[in-house]
Amino acid sequence: MRWGVVVFPGSNDDRDTLRVAERGLGDDAVALWHKDRDLRGCDAVVLPGGFSYGDYLRCGALARFSPIMDAVGAHARAGGVVIGICNGFQILCEAGLLPGALLANRSLKFVCEIVNVRVETTDTVFTYGCRQGEVLSVPIKHGEGCWVADETTLADIEAHNQVVFRYADRSGRVAPEVNPNGSLNNIAGVCNAGRNVVGMMPHPEHAAETLIGCDDGLKLFRSVQAWVGRGTRVPRREPTVVPGP
Amino acid sequence: MTVAIRARVFVTPKRGILDPQGKAVQQGLHALGFAEVGDVRVGRYVEMRLRDVTRDAATERVRAMCDRLLANKVIEDYRVEVDEEAR
Repeated sequence: MRWGVVVFPGSNDDRDTLRVAERGLGDDAVALWHKDRDLRGCDAVVLPGGFSYGDYLRCGALARFSPIMDAVGAHARAGGVVIGICNGFQILCEAGLLPGALLANRSLKFVCEIVNVRVETTDTVFTYGCRQGEVLSVPIKHGEGCWVADETTLADIEAHNQVVFRYADRSGRVAPEVNPNGSLNNIAGVCNAGRNVVGMMPHPEHAAETLIGCDDGLKLFRSVQAWVGRGTRVPRREPTVVPGP
Repeated sequence: MTVAIRARVFVTPKRGILDPQGKAVQQGLHALGFAEVGDVRVGRYVEMRLRDVTRDAATERVRAMCDRLLANKVIEDYRVEVDEEAR
């Protein structure tokens, strides 16, 4: 399969992501410049980490208007794989392709550490090859990773199993003391209703080789490979029916 | 003399949304002895000048700018003030 990694001015995890696709998976991978207008036949598109447009205005607010984003949006709406990592997650939220928004960490400190996340659902393109409840060890490095949403949105994504990862301890226990940024319900990653768009703050692309400590992140990229190889889509969720009075 | 429009946009964290910056500023002010300080919210201020547009149209345009870019309605509220300035 073919991966595309979008390079915005200020992206800095694009090379690591390309390396995972090419050397970790043995796939074809191309860098997509933010001014490009088509995805050059990519099956999966990754919006990488970094500080697109210097994080001006709000993280991800300006990147979402880059020319490439029209094609990314169309790909997402057609059921194609779109992954957002860290700044990429912020961009997808700003673009309205994922629910919620990312605020400054509750501590107001930049956090840089290895955390554990629990896989909450395997019914997404990025966790298809994981086990439900599996705990993955992955690094975080962000100043604005506190995921929030209004109560209705939060209830809706919880009810529809759209929380993909939660911060947990090594045994998989979710608790406030292992929440590094104050995100609601310890949420580290979410997906859209179609389950083909996934965003997360932790960096699986930095945890994809045992040589540098851990390769838990590789499972997520392999999930996409398996899902695309399967040639069918994860079933879309039925629209919510709100009961009448 | 032409008349230009000056627009001022105040973007603030939504009520009920966590504002750690506001909290830190509040604590700082308390530490400096400003004990009377209650709730503090830290937002963003955007000022711009518009040309070839009436005051009413300017208000509408700036609100559209807020909806599309200047504010994120998931987490922020905004207020727009528009006035004419002679130059």
